[in-house]
Amino acid sequence: MNNPKIIVSASPHVHSDRTSKKIMYDVVFALIPAFLISLYVFGIGAFVLTLVAVISCLLFEYLIQKYILKTNVTIGDGSALITGILLAFNLPSSLPLWMVVVGSFVAIGIAKLSFGGLGYNIFNPALIGRVFLLVSFPVQMTMWPTAFENNTTIVDAISGATPLGAIKEGLMFGETMTQISSKLPSNTDMLLGFTGGSLGEMSAIALILGGLFLIIRKVITWHIPVIMLATIGIMTGIFWIVDPEQYATPLLHLLSGGAILGAFFMATDLVTSPVTKKGMVVFAIGIGIITGVIRLFGSYPEGVSFAILIMNAFVPLINTYFKPRRFGAKIKSKIV
Amino acid sequence: MLKTFPKGGVHPPENKITFNKQIKRMSLPKAVYVPISQHIGIPSEIVVEVKEKVEKGQVIAKSGGYVSSNIHSPVAGVVTKLDKIIDTSGYKKQCIVIRTDLKDESNLEEKEYLLKKEITSPPHEILQRITDYGIVGLGGATFPSHVKLNIKEGKKIDYLILNGVECEPYLTADHRLMLEKAEEIIVGIKILKYALNIDKAIIGIENNKTDAIDRLKRLTKEEKGIQVAALQVKYPQGSEKQLVKALIKREVPKNGLPLDVGVIVHNVGTIFAIYQAIQHNIPLTERVVTVTGKKLENPSNFWVKIGTPISDLINEVGGLPEGTRKILNGGPMMGKAIKNTDVPVTKGTSGIVIIHEEEASRGEPQNCIRCGECVSVCPMGLEPHLLMNLTEKGMYEKAAYEDILTCIECGSCSYVCPSNRPLLDYIRFGKSIVKKLETAKN
Repeated sequence: MNNPKIIVSASPHVHSDRTSKKIMYDVVFALIPAFLISLYVFGIGAFVLTLVAVISCLLFEYLIQKYILKTNVTIGDGSALITGILLAFNLPSSLPLWMVVVGSFVAIGIAKLSFGGLGYNIFNPALIGRVFLLVSFPVQMTMWPTAFENNTTIVDAISGATPLGAIKEGLMFGETMTQISSKLPSNTDMLLGFTGGSLGEMSAIALILGGLFLIIRKVITWHIPVIMLATIGIMTGIFWIVDPEQYATPLLHLLSGGAILGAFFMATDLVTSPVTKKGMVVFAIGIGIITGVIRLFGSYPEGVSFAILIMNAFVPLINTYFKPRRFGAKIKSKIV
Repeated sequence: MLKTFPKGGVHPPENKITFNKQIKRMSLPKAVYVPISQHIGIPSEIVVEVKEKVEKGQVIAKSGGYVSSNIHSPVAGVVTKLDKIIDTSGYKKQCIVIRTDLKDESNLEEKEYLLKKEITSPPHEILQRITDYGIVGLGGATFPSHVKLNIKEGKKIDYLILNGVECEPYLTADHRLMLEKAEEIIVGIKILKYALNIDKAIIGIENNKTDAIDRLKRLTKEEKGIQVAALQVKYPQGSEKQLVKALIKREVPKNGLPLDVGVIVHNVGTIFAIYQAIQHNIPLTERVVTVTGKKLENPSNFWVKIGTPISDLINEVGGLPEGTRKILNGGPMMGKAIKNTDVPVTKGTSGIVIIHEEEASRGEPQNCIRCGECVSVCPMGLEPHLLMNLTEKGMYEKAAYEDILTCIECGSCSYVCPSNRPLLDYIRFGKSIVKKLETAKN
């Protein structure tokens, strides 16, 4: 018998139904609650900004792959979509839209495709886009619209400090934490996300919900988010215990800024995080410590983006050093 | 929590559609095609001639060396040809073709034998008979059993582990055998325990075969030193190293054998073959084969004579269905895809799985997204994505350093890769080159 339709290939002959695409769309899905909160807090501006970021990321990926690299166009794989959403989540909702386009170009064109595209990039593309904008346009990137203030129209930004910014500023002018605290939003507001800040980093609850979904779907494991947040908590906690008048509470550090968004969605980026659990632990502790150092001693109020990018650079080294233990390695036979 | 091995593993859909199909006897094939290489090691040497009349169970090819095995005629009949035919490897291999004497055989098949519990042969005779009667590992690896049982002076084996795991999806041959030949298997265990002076035996069975677990537990209740252990369902638990680790927490050293940690592992099918050899003087000439697939009309388990063409088995279950894409010798995780159904069943054929086009389709390989899934499912603690990369770039020394030879080729990495990367294909290739380089060095 010789049937031409019979395939001869090597084992295994079955495959799990997981695909990269499904993983990517799980991440998109997990970001929906945070997006809805940002719409509620910042209004239509948040929607427009996210849309612009997503469309320009997809467009740059398409144009560069098709006309410059002349490779397969992979805009359908979901990765550029995620970069767009995450970039938007890391920007103030009032940022001029042309800057969003520039940021998208840096994220996709430079941070992703110039390294070889999906899987080959060393740094998280969205964060590179964000940091590029922060360094290039520091004023616009730190003009935070306050919650609910430009709810209905895209108007010029009404500047209001983020909690972390307010602390940094207050401490610089010699205020104590007690004085500063009176100006900060309540913990409940911060938990829900009704404060100033980047578009998608606001609602701790919405982000944790999305993060849990990713853990349940086995897209990410708990290691990076939990250990990273714990490190930030412990580090800022030690300083707070020593001098509560100079340092904010660990809870405030965890709830404000990009800690939770970074922990669940940026640091866990599959491509730019270590492959082994041991490596993930080291990576997460590193991010936590660097974030703590920048926030406590640096001149930037926030440090999560830088911390993640710095640790991204160490990932190849971490992967080389923290290997899984080989089965049977260093085991002596019982009987000789 | 049930026992299992601690690191890695996957759980593919089980698809054990034939689990409740009693083992049926295949009708006698008109002719059998017996390859002389049905075991790991040197091929056997043919000792019959064309036109020679052979008895059922007569030696037709003698072991070619220490790691080799005798081959016996599965039927009574006449040798019609000594020919090269394609076997399951896809290559032409030497075969002995025997035309079956249909009349004679049918009488023999009717004869029922009684369960023989008492072991009367002395240990050295038992071991000799296992050597003579062509018994090899029936789990699929076909390692000659007598080599496993040859324990050097001074070594002490304290555990005999019976592999009834059957972790491959679809296959149910061991499951049915444990149910239908439970008493015989227990006698087989006693034979080996006695011959090798081993105190403890454990039968490891995955928990998706609760009826077999219950039956064996009931039968061994009164037996001292035979234990039945239910294991969590996880592939590749049937691999010796993983099984030893799961059952008694001992870790076989790198490049080592279970023997190094005081353990001998045998498949339950092999134990049944040993029982037959010792208690009934029957050499290994037939085995249980699961013939299965989602679209088959009548999938089932069969007693099959070694040398029966696979096409006979497929006819027996209603023929190849429309849309068949793959014919597997073995399970879907480690089995070999074959093109030609004229190939014969050998001692290592545990199942024929027919894969339909819906299941066979594999997605286009995409870029590695470094998700680390392959690393987390590798039961040997390897980094498949790295090994594939190194092979792709021709960095074989680095691949050797990264323990590429430790890979047991279970395929968990390729199974799980969300980017459909042919990880195992590359690793296999890398292994073959590394082996060649190492032989050249020595």
